[in-house]
Amino acid sequence: MKNEKILKSNNIPLYMVIFSVVVLTMPLWLEPIGAAYPDLLQKFAIFGIFAVGFNILFGLTGYLSFGHATFLGVGSYTAVWSFKLLTMNVLPAIIFSMVLAGIFALLIGYISLRRSGIYFSILTLAFAQMSYNLAYSVLTPITNGETGLQLSKNDPRVVDGLFVEVGQGIPSTNLFGLEMSGYQGFYFCAVLLIIAFYISLKIFNSPFGLNLRAIKSNQTRMSYTGYNTKPYLLAAFVISGMFAGLAGGLLAVTDPLAGAERMQWTASGEVVLMTILGGVGTLLGPLLGVGIIKYLENIFSSIGVKELGDFFSFVPDSMHAFVVDFSSLFVGEGWHLTLGLLFMIIVIFLPGGIMQGFDKIKNLMSKKDKE
Amino acid sequence: MESSFFQIQGVNKTFGGLKALNEVNLNVEEGTVHAIIGPNGAGKSTLLNCCIGKLIPDTGTVTFKGENVVGKTAYQINQIGIARVFQTPEIFPELSLIENVMIPAFARRDGNFKLNWFKSLMQEDTIYKEATDILENFGLKDQMMHHAGNMSRGDKRRLELAMSLIQHPKLLLLDEPTAGMARHDTNKTIDTLKKIKESGMTKIIIEHDMHVVFSLADKISVLAQGAIIAEGTPDEIKGNPVVQEAYLGGADDE
Ligand SMILES: Nc1ncnc2c1ncn2[C@@H]1O[C@H](COP(=O)(O)OP(=O)(O)OP(=O)(O)O)[C@@H](O)[C@H]1O
Ligand SMILES: [Mg+2]
Repeated sequence: MKNEKILKSNNIPLYMVIFSVVVLTMPLWLEPIGAAYPDLLQKFAIFGIFAVGFNILFGLTGYLSFGHATFLGVGSYTAVWSFKLLTMNVLPAIIFSMVLAGIFALLIGYISLRRSGIYFSILTLAFAQMSYNLAYSVLTPITNGETGLQLSKNDPRVVDGLFVEVGQGIPSTNLFGLEMSGYQGFYFCAVLLIIAFYISLKIFNSPFGLNLRAIKSNQTRMSYTGYNTKPYLLAAFVISGMFAGLAGGLLAVTDPLAGAERMQWTASGEVVLMTILGGVGTLLGPLLGVGIIKYLENIFSSIGVKELGDFFSFVPDSMHAFVVDFSSLFVGEGWHLTLGLLFMIIVIFLPGGIMQGFDKIKNLMSKKDKE
Repeated sequence: MESSFFQIQGVNKTFGGLKALNEVNLNVEEGTVHAIIGPNGAGKSTLLNCCIGKLIPDTGTVTFKGENVVGKTAYQINQIGIARVFQTPEIFPELSLIENVMIPAFARRDGNFKLNWFKSLMQEDTIYKEATDILENFGLKDQMMHHAGNMSRGDKRRLELAMSLIQHPKLLLLDEPTAGMARHDTNKTIDTLKKIKESGMTKIIIEHDMHVVFSLADKISVLAQGAIIAEGTPDEIKGNPVVQEAYLGGADDE
C-alpha cells in the first residue's frame, strides 16, 4: 500500500508539529532581524490566515478574486460590533466575523462565479469597490464612515454587563479575562494560524482539494467527467471568505477599530501579491509572501538615512554619501520600490514564486548527490 | 419504432450558413459497437457534441434509455452513464496520471458536490487500487506520478480512455481514439477496445482507420456532409457503391 505518495505531504502530524514550533517561536528567531515586536508578530499571523485562506481559492481552483478585502472588512466591523453590543470577549467576536463574512462570500461568490477568468476577477473587484463605497456613504450608521468604527464608553455590552461591574474607561479585548494585546494577542492569533494551516493542509490532501485542483487544470473536462463544478467553486470561495473574515476579526481583536480602507482594492491586491510572491497553490508559499511583504512594509519603511549611515560606516568616506543616498531610495518611503523590484524578479524568473526557487535548489542538490 | 438503448432522431445543427447535421437518425443497440465513418468535416464530432451537452441541436431528440438528454448539462449526461473520449486529448495536464484517473472514479460519488475536505486521499483505498489497476492495464503504471501534460500524444489519448473506462459508462463515445498514434500504440489501443467489447459495453466510435473500424464494429453508419448516406454491417458497407463514392470525393486517410 503506497498511496501516501499521492498526498501533498504524507506525514501530517510531523508537518504540523514543525509548523507549530516555528510559528510559536517566532518571537525568538525574528529577534535578530528586528521583527520580534508584538504588533508586527500579530500582523504576520493574521495576514498569514488571510493568505492561507486566499490560497484555497486562488491556489487550488485558479479563480483570482480581487475582492477578498471585503471579507476582511466585514470581519473587522462585525468584531467591533460584537465588542460594542455584547462583550469584549474575543471568541464570540471572531465567530460572528467568520459567519458574516461567510454569508457575504456566499452572495458575492454565487454571482461572481457565473463567470470565469478575467470576468470573474472584475466582478469580485466591482463588488469590493461597491462595499468600500457603501461603507463610506450609505452604511455610515453601521460603519461610522470616514472616522471608522470605534469602541466607546457608552456601548451597551449587554453580556459583559451581566457578569462584571462596569468600570471606568473602555475595557480591553480579552479571552475570558486574558487580555488580547501584546504577546498574548500574538499567541492567540498564532494558535488560530496553526488551526487555519491545518485545515488548509487537510483540504490540500482531500478528494475535495483534488477536485478543486482538477477544476483549475481543466474545468470543461470536469463537467464531461460528471462534476457539477459550481458548488465546488462556491465552497472554496466561501471557505476562503471565512478565513478572510477571521483575519479581519483578529485585526479588530488586537486593535479594536474598523475602517473602510481595510476593504480598499489595494488591500485585496496585497493578498494577491503575497500569494504569488510566495508561490500560488503551495502550502507554505503564501505565508512566506506574507512574511516578506509585512517585513518590508514595517521594517524597511522605518529605516532612514541615519540608520543607513551607520550600516554603511565601513564604506570609505569618499563613497559613503553616495552609497547612503543610493540605498535610501529603497528604504523608508521607498520600500514600495524594493517590493516592486522583488516582485518583478520573482515573477520573471520564478513564476512559481519563492517555493519554486526552493524546489530548484532542492533538485540541484539531489542531482549533485547522484553524481 | 420502439425505443432502443440509444437513439438519435431528426437532429439538425447549423453553424451560420453551414448545415453541419441534416436530419440525422441513429439507432444503437445495447451491447453493440456502432462505428461512424465519413470524410473530414462530415459532422461526426458535431454529432457526438450534440449527445453530451456540448452543443444543443437545433431540432431533434437524443434519447438514452427512453430519456431525452437534449437540454441536460454535460455533467448530468455523464452521470446517467454516457462518457466521451475527445478528438483532441482532454486531460488534466497539471495533475499526475494517478490523479487523472482517480478524479473520474470519484465522480459517481462526488459529482453533485461533496464537501469531503477532512477525508484524506489516503483513505480512498478502493479507488486508488482501481486506478492503479487500470493504469497497469494500459501500461502507464510506472509513469503514474508524472504530470499528464508531459506525456506523448498517444499516451495522453490512452490515459483519456482509461479515465472514461474507470467510470464504467453504459455508453462510451470515442472520437478517433487512435488518431495521431504510432502504429504500435494503435494496436495496443485496438486490443484494449476489443477487450472492452467483450465486456459488453455499448460504444459509438468515430474512426478514419478502416482497419480499426472493420475489426471492431458491429454496425457502421456513413456520414457525409451532415447526412447519413448509408448504414449496415461491415460487409454491407464494404460493398456499398455510394460509400465508395463519398470516400473518393473527400478521401482522406489520416
Ligand atoms: N462550434 C462550431 N462552430 C462553427 N462551425 C463548426 C463548429 N464545430 C464544427 N463546425 C463545422 O462543422 C463541420 C463539421 O465539423 P466536425 O468537426 O463535426 O467534422 P468531423 O466529421 O468530426 O471531421 P474530422 O474528421 O475532421 O474530425 C465542419 O465544417 C466544421 O468546420
Ligand atoms: Mg471530428
